[in-house]
Amino acid sequence: MISVRGLTKSYGGTQAVDDLTFDIHPGCVTGFLGPNGSGKSTTMRLLLGLDEPTRGSALIDGAPYAALRWPLRSVGAVLEARAFHPGRTARQHLLALAAASALPRRRVGEVLAAVGLSDAADRRAGGFSLGMGQRLGLAAALLGDPGVLLLDEPVNGLDPAGVRWIRDLIKSLAAQGRTVFVSSHLISEMALTADRLLVIGGGRLLADTTVGALTARGGGSLEEGFFGLTEGVR
Amino acid sequence: MEWIKLRSLRSTRWVLLGGMAATVALGVVAGFNTRSVTGDPTSNVLAGIILGQVITGVLGVLVMTSEYSSGLIRVTFAAMPRRGLVLAAKAFVFGTVCLVAGEIAVFASFLGGMAALRSSVPHPSLGDPAVLRAVLMTGAYLALTGLAGLGIGAILRHGAAAVGVLVGGLFVLPLIAGAASHAVGPFMPELIAGNSLAAVKPVSGFTWSPWLELAIVAAYSAALLAAGGWLLIRRDA
Repeated sequence: MISVRGLTKSYGGTQAVDDLTFDIHPGCVTGFLGPNGSGKSTTMRLLLGLDEPTRGSALIDGAPYAALRWPLRSVGAVLEARAFHPGRTARQHLLALAAASALPRRRVGEVLAAVGLSDAADRRAGGFSLGMGQRLGLAAALLGDPGVLLLDEPVNGLDPAGVRWIRDLIKSLAAQGRTVFVSSHLISEMALTADRLLVIGGGRLLADTTVGALTARGGGSLEEGFFGLTEGVR
Repeated sequence: MEWIKLRSLRSTRWVLLGGMAATVALGVVAGFNTRSVTGDPTSNVLAGIILGQVITGVLGVLVMTSEYSSGLIRVTFAAMPRRGLVLAAKAFVFGTVCLVAGEIAVFASFLGGMAALRSSVPHPSLGDPAVLRAVLMTGAYLALTGLAGLGIGAILRHGAAAVGVLVGGLFVLPLIAGAASHAVGPFMPELIAGNSLAAVKPVSGFTWSPWLELAIVAAYSAALLAAGGWLLIRRDA
């Protein structure tokens, strides 16, 4: 479970994230929807302790990220595509992360199989396509079998097969009882994947609702519901 | 984690081996060219570290900055939020590898250089404690340069800029400072290496004990690592 209270982050004069308060529950997919630059990635970085909040708190299972003894065993995150060194093989990349979290080596083989990279495991990651890179990122996120998953724009740049594969994976992870938080600016994909929705604009929370409710607000179209909310918000 | 990262990159291995080979080769050439009977053959055949220190320094930079250029740094800090510990682990693993590689390279340089020395020139031997001290310290110097590179990389986070600062600090700074005053020589690491650490015969202007000089170089590296670590912890990832 993720709990955010009054979370604020300013960079110089700009408020990237402004007084966010919400909870994210296990067992369903919570989508984070908003225009580019609305603060979605910043929120995720604050949750992972990569940035320091100006004010407020972002807790995972009641504790700040830095207090987690083995973070990868609690939280798996994919923030950007291809966040690995091109010179290493997929297996070595995962072995290094497993070592950091005192995970057994067999987990590496297990997650590689789970994401379909077993055949490519010993190739240099620099040669991976965008889709394979995303799979490697997801393998790393799943390494510790975490209860919480944070995914920032996971379908960007993927082909239709990749998009569907990720959508199915996300839904199955949530069905397993994990807390799944997925950000996107693709409304149609959100409609197919998410159950609950957090809509953000200009760093502020505009709605904490469900896909069904926002679609109804938009007269049957999630897109209309979204634009109705975010019109004029900067 | 850091040990797996270091050894899993083929490029690191090849650059390090290449650097060691070049250091030894330069040492042999310098030994061959030593003609003076009154000079310091030991410090001559260890001249290869002029190149060796750049290799270890640049590798140190890359150990840190490649994480930023590839975006891996965020994954690393998510896996290990204690960033000071990440830097310490990198320093320990990389420093140890550099020390071993450095000592192998300088010992090989010494032995190779000795073999290339003309018979007219006195041949120092490793049985002489001053000579042994010179060789061991020079190997340690290579490790310290590597750690300095790591520190600069952590401070600047950008590979090209960090390499520039490293090379500038090693080679350009002594030239500029030396134009103002010769008294700064004993504080410049590259000059320290050639004129004190590797020297068996005393060099004018470098009268301090080599142990003190080694401590000065170590202090530079420690300060760079400390500053890098402090910045890593304070800054957003």
